[in-house]
Amino acid sequence: MRLFRRFSTSLLTVTLSVLLLGASSDRARFSDLGHRMMCVCGCNQILLECNHVGCTYSDRMREQLMAATQRESSDDNILQAFVKEYGTTVLAAPTMRGFDKVAWIMPFAVFVAGSLLAIIVIRNWKNRRPAHAVVHGPQALDHYREQARRETSL
Amino acid sequence: MPLFGSFALLFALVLSAYSLVFGAIALRQQAVGIPSDRLAETARRAGIAIWVAVAGAAFALVWSALNNDFSVAYILHHTNRDLPTPYKFAALWSGQEGSLLFWALLLSTYGLVLRLRHKVDVKLTAHASTILAAVQLFFLLLLNFAARPFSLVTGSIPADGNGLNPLLQYPEMVIHPPMLYLGYVGFAVPFAFALGALIMKYPGEKWIHITRRWTMVTWCFLTCGIFLGAHWAYSVLGWGGYWGWDPVENASFFPWLTGTAFLHSVMMQEKRGMLKTWNVWLIFSTFMLSILGTFLTRSGVVSSVHAFAQSSIGEWFMWFLGIVLVVCLYFYVRNRDHLRSEHRLESLLSRESSFLFQNLVLLASCFAILWGTLFPVLSEWIQGHKVTVGPPFFNRVNIPIAMFLLLLTGVGPLLAWRSTSWASLKRNFAIPVTAAVVTAIILMAFGVRPWEDAAHFYSLMAISLGALVTATIVSEFVRGGRVIARHTGQNLLASMVTLTRRNTRRYGGYIVHFGVVVIVIGLAGAAFNQQKEQELGFHEQMQIGPYTLICDNYTQEDNPNYSIEYAILNVYKNGKPIGQMFPAKKFFKASQQPDTIVANHSTPIEDLYVIYAGKNLDSDKPIIKVFINPLVMWIWTGVWVLIFGTVVAMIPPISAAAVPFVQRVRPTAVALPVHSEPVEAGD
Repeated sequence: MRLFRRFSTSLLTVTLSVLLLGASSDRARFSDLGHRMMCVCGCNQILLECNHVGCTYSDRMREQLMAATQRESSDDNILQAFVKEYGTTVLAAPTMRGFDKVAWIMPFAVFVAGSLLAIIVIRNWKNRRPAHAVVHGPQALDHYREQARRETSL
Repeated sequence: MPLFGSFALLFALVLSAYSLVFGAIALRQQAVGIPSDRLAETARRAGIAIWVAVAGAAFALVWSALNNDFSVAYILHHTNRDLPTPYKFAALWSGQEGSLLFWALLLSTYGLVLRLRHKVDVKLTAHASTILAAVQLFFLLLLNFAARPFSLVTGSIPADGNGLNPLLQYPEMVIHPPMLYLGYVGFAVPFAFALGALIMKYPGEKWIHITRRWTMVTWCFLTCGIFLGAHWAYSVLGWGGYWGWDPVENASFFPWLTGTAFLHSVMMQEKRGMLKTWNVWLIFSTFMLSILGTFLTRSGVVSSVHAFAQSSIGEWFMWFLGIVLVVCLYFYVRNRDHLRSEHRLESLLSRESSFLFQNLVLLASCFAILWGTLFPVLSEWIQGHKVTVGPPFFNRVNIPIAMFLLLLTGVGPLLAWRSTSWASLKRNFAIPVTAAVVTAIILMAFGVRPWEDAAHFYSLMAISLGALVTATIVSEFVRGGRVIARHTGQNLLASMVTLTRRNTRRYGGYIVHFGVVVIVIGLAGAAFNQQKEQELGFHEQMQIGPYTLICDNYTQEDNPNYSIEYAILNVYKNGKPIGQMFPAKKFFKASQQPDTIVANHSTPIEDLYVIYAGKNLDSDKPIIKVFINPLVMWIWTGVWVLIFGTVVAMIPPISAAAVPFVQRVRPTAVALPVHSEPVEAGD
């Protein structure tokens, strides 16, 4: 009897933990997916951040999302279902497919290209350092004094 | 008054055309040796008179608003009788036509100051004045033909106006747009000087010296404008955040990023005669990005919560932008020989390189934001359907770039001009790197798990790099202060003040960097935000983090301008009472629009941010949404530090003659070899 009680208590604990874990993971998924979608009422806000009073979309969309997360559908399926219903603008960021990928690649490509260009230019300048003209007399000293003044004045 | 206003605008248009045409003729005649000082003087005076005419028009619009003259369509659409007086004044910049008039007023004010101070450099100022007159002409053409602020209502005049947008009825909105516009418009002045200097092949760096303070003041205004907007969004929009990557927010960020790059790279031109072409194009780009931002938000090309209704004036901005680009390109191609660098970069490990990479990072960030803002248009053009580019994209792309920038902010001051040896690099970096590593360990000990969550990772990075930058700044102050203390006998603190007064620009700049660090730490707090929404009836309670909120009451009030519903909440932290909060919802009668009044309990650790989200019509209970937003106060504090640093940087330094110890250290400095390490501390 005692063994049965222990077993049933353990089973209940495990079941509750799994259920609560599931609930918590549903909430996390809801929050994650809700932040990857926009409210389509025209407020330009993230779905879960839409605070438009009287918004005719966000409440309905949140309910749909909550229901979808509880149906164990994959994240991609949920997002695709929303795209099908509300259009591509429902996604808060471009996808990693097709032309949309360009949106993600371009900023980093430009940054990397710019950095490489800068490095190449600096290396070229370094290798082709011009020989300084040798100027004799007090004029030369004036020239260097002026240069020193400029380069240390800030 | 509307008639007076219309006439004033027409008169201003004629004056600006005169200032442009005769100013240009005078400059042309002077260039070929024909004396034309008197003609140039008439153009300058016409430029001054533009301010009188535009100020008269602005006065007429404000007067109409204050006197409820609803025969003027603009006043009808943006005010009402019960609107408080400060907001009637703010109506000047609340709508498209008024904001363009305000823009023209600010531009003419900058022009007035420039023309009154023409003796700084008569010839260069004459060029800049003529270029400003051209910009002014564009805005006055808009005001006279495309966006007339004094258009009259057709038919019978309504007894009351439609009222001001409720979101704009907030004290910060009285100062946020003027600050932002002061920033946008102000970049026209360094632009005019840079273009003028290029046209006349002005020798030396004098145009940079003249425009240095203009640029810093403008940058400071733009910074204040951007952060006032962020604070307004946080306090009024009620979504719990301060920056939503909306196209209009992005538009204000473009010129800020390139302006910041310009402020840094001009130092290379002043000190080493380098990056002349780069600097000229940076300031051209900054001005053009100000115009591009205005085009994006007023043309309806991109959708935005801030954007004015789609109108034809977008085309005007497009044309203007095109003309500016062509003019800049023409003079650059014609006079580019004048912009040859006097020196070249000698090493990747040098202060020059760090400036160059820092510029590159700022421009990359600007490009990423511009790209993200325009990508929906591009996507529609190529794929036939629009995509949304929202906060997830901007955060993911810009946060790594910002981290790199923060790293360079810490690294740059430790590098010497021309070249830095590995030995000095190791020595200078020991303390800052240790500070960063220790900070990271402490954060992980307090529960930050960078391996579990990208947001935690970036927060850890941001705060650790912030520690690195702070250590760099402190070591710079202490190192310089010690030298002064040794020679003057002052204590270290007084020595650091003397040090700052001797080189306000450099040490003011460090204070600005410290302000940026404080802001970044505040932004990093967003990774740990919590939120909860719940219906809260009488004496019911909700729990979030250590806070308990108990609904004491909810009630409503009424006045001629709006009705208001609010909840009275007793708030406890860890069981101890910390006071009452009153989140509310206003309903403005004239415009028939609601507005959120956020209740915020702000501390340096976190904000308890409470919103009255509305009432559940079935249960008649208020819906309360609560956020715990850590470290937000740091953002606003950082802005004050940043403003303080900018003000310090603008103060003229005390002369070297006032500091006797300079004489005593000079022999040591002269004895140093060219590539010696101490140069980096005394640069």
